[in-house]
Amino acid sequence: MTEETIKTKFSEPIFNRSHGRLLMPETRYWPTRMWKSPWRLPTYRRGAAVMAGILSGGAAAAWLLGEAGPRVAPLYSLAERYALQQGVPLFLVATVWTLIKAAVLLAVPLVNALFAVWWERKISAHMQSRMGPMYVGWWHGALQTVADGIKLFIKEDIVPECADKFVHLLAPVVVIIPAIVAFAPIPFGRELVYADLDIGTVYVFAVSGVSVMGIIMAGWSSGNKFSLLGGLRSAAQLVSYELPRTFSVIPVIMLAGTLNLSAIAGLQAGYWGGLLPRWFIFYPVVGQVAFAVFLIASVAETNRIPFDIPEAESELVAGFNTEYSGMKFALFFLSEFAYVLLSCLLMAAFFFGGGQPPLPFLGFLPSWAWFLAKTLTLIFCFLWFRWTFPRFRVDRLMNFNWKFLLPVSLLNIAAAGVLIWLLS
Amino acid sequence: MTREIFTALKTDQMFINFGPQHPSTHGVLRIALTVEGEVIIKAVPDVGFLHRGIEKLFEARNYSQALILTDRLDYVSAMPNNLAYCLAVERLAGIQPPLRAQYLRALVSELTRIASHLVFFGTFGVDMGAFTPFLYAFREREMVLDLFEMLCGGRLLYSYVRVGGVSADLPAGWTEKCREFITFFKPRLKDYDTLLSFNPIFRDRTETVGLISGARALSWGLSGPNLRASGPGYDVRKAEPYCVYDKLSFTVPTGKTGSCWDRYYCRMLEMGQSAEIVLQCLDALAKPELPPGEIMAKGVPKMLRPPAGAAYAHIEASRGDLGFYAVSDASPAPYRMHVRGPSFLNVAILQEILTGCKIADVVAVLGSFDIVLGEVDR
Repeated sequence: MTEETIKTKFSEPIFNRSHGRLLMPETRYWPTRMWKSPWRLPTYRRGAAVMAGILSGGAAAAWLLGEAGPRVAPLYSLAERYALQQGVPLFLVATVWTLIKAAVLLAVPLVNALFAVWWERKISAHMQSRMGPMYVGWWHGALQTVADGIKLFIKEDIVPECADKFVHLLAPVVVIIPAIVAFAPIPFGRELVYADLDIGTVYVFAVSGVSVMGIIMAGWSSGNKFSLLGGLRSAAQLVSYELPRTFSVIPVIMLAGTLNLSAIAGLQAGYWGGLLPRWFIFYPVVGQVAFAVFLIASVAETNRIPFDIPEAESELVAGFNTEYSGMKFALFFLSEFAYVLLSCLLMAAFFFGGGQPPLPFLGFLPSWAWFLAKTLTLIFCFLWFRWTFPRFRVDRLMNFNWKFLLPVSLLNIAAAGVLIWLLS
Repeated sequence: MTREIFTALKTDQMFINFGPQHPSTHGVLRIALTVEGEVIIKAVPDVGFLHRGIEKLFEARNYSQALILTDRLDYVSAMPNNLAYCLAVERLAGIQPPLRAQYLRALVSELTRIASHLVFFGTFGVDMGAFTPFLYAFREREMVLDLFEMLCGGRLLYSYVRVGGVSADLPAGWTEKCREFITFFKPRLKDYDTLLSFNPIFRDRTETVGLISGARALSWGLSGPNLRASGPGYDVRKAEPYCVYDKLSFTVPTGKTGSCWDRYYCRMLEMGQSAEIVLQCLDALAKPELPPGEIMAKGVPKMLRPPAGAAYAHIEASRGDLGFYAVSDASPAPYRMHVRGPSFLNVAILQEILTGCKIADVVAVLGSFDIVLGEVDR
């Protein structure tokens, strides 16, 4: 080997040469293409096309299906007639009918959780310049939540040695049952309601308030100081935010003159000047303030960022559910998403006219489709908050509630009185 | 009256082990907290869970082998550790590295500072409950790590700065890639400000928490951005310029109140300054006076035996004033090597400023100090 070959071969360090491959732009993804307008990128255009396709496909399906509510009653009378022919007692038919309705109602929060968790993961991923789940399921990780659910089902259920075993077992049950039962008076569309209660509004708030007990039980029974702190925090927070949340709905009730949820939604039909829908959110000042207070208090009630103090991950590990695993943890998780859905359904019913279309000529779509669309948009807002804001501190949270939110909601009630006096 | 109510409402004190296994201690730090409700009565930081005896290990290796140990101190920003060690050994042995190597050292130090502060930005956001900044920060950090991988093959532990110079010159195309990164990175700093720095919730949580006056910071021996946030503008790069920092123009951002937010924002401003320094270094390295290839001092022996004596060298590392004190007895291995780790000194003040805070403030204060346990415990 001559002097020259040695020089050319070894003058440059070997790793320096081998890593020159990284200089090729396609070997590794550098996000410098973010300089360009996203619309110049084919992936964005394709994504927008796919989204438009899904939306129009969903709209077409809803149009083909039509109103579901009015078809239910004839179905029941058909079953009754058949039972009379066969000599089956009518109370049996009524019982089976109620059970079927209950099963359908139970499916609502469960299916919602399956969908919403996947949606949350995809949306957060795209907000954070990543892809999220991509492998399980046929399309963009669509079945990831199912896989996670199966995993939670077959996981070992660990109960800590120093836990209060019975209360530890009871806590997730106490949390999940009100979360499901609270869906009973929700009008999912025209005549599409499980129990058309005249005190529907009071019922929903009363029942969903019970879940606080379960969270306190979970925090207390786990025998863990972080859990206990989480339980204490949630007791304070949920009870406090229950007040402005309820008070913010009172103007709506005053304007509507009823507590029946489907009646409240139905009263918002029609348009001002043939264009602006008569939704309660469009009532000057009162409607917007009531909606803002209700939205903020709902985010706090569902323990989501910026109000996720009971389960503040960086402070309290996982808060009240630190010591829960497997299916018990899944029940807490499920109840969180059930409450998100419930809050969004209530907001859609109280402030966005339930199943009323936003513009007169859009009435060809059935009411349940509009209700669903409004609810999903509001759920998106919840997800958006979560991945944008930092977390409040616990004392600031209380100050914000008692010194700002509660007075505002009380003033709003007075303002609603003035508005009604002006309108009459 | 209020006092009476508080006495009547006095609750039991509770002892909480905050760590060593906790999501927000950034490693294996344990803080023994005594709390009354949410308020902290007493906080005792307990270090040593990651102790590996690195200072003793130095004594069993020769000078070039010992270099790899320095990477393991502050593993989030390893380049300055190499640099401080090499400066101490060079001072001990009387070696003068070539100018090009010095520019390269400054360049990689500043890139490391950006990468390290990005980790701080992300993890501090996570501590405050904002997860999205974390992924934005790591997207940019990934680009710096790619640059380092092209330069020396390592992505976390580099051993790039060697006694007498650096291990490799810039590969072909690296300068363009680095400029591309800086052009991409500068507008991102504005994004970070809109996303996190000036978020009202974030400011509310950090501006009134963990206040340290300038005198107190100095008396506790704080350094780096933690000190400068309190007011004193002490920066080793300005006070005792090493490498080529006297030839580079940059400012040292300082804070006013020494709150968590000031400590945070000092680092954000420092990233912008580091980006400027990187550009200046790239310009200088392109000049013909610094021909490529002159990266090692002539005549550095394979087995270094510095004359008996002692030398101290300190630099402005990402987390503060990092110093190496080397004692030689003219043998191939150092007789004693002491490390002045900035994180270790920064963690000491916690016991004083955590008292009276809320539990939620512990993560804010701890996160704002940006400690790395590899350097605290050594």
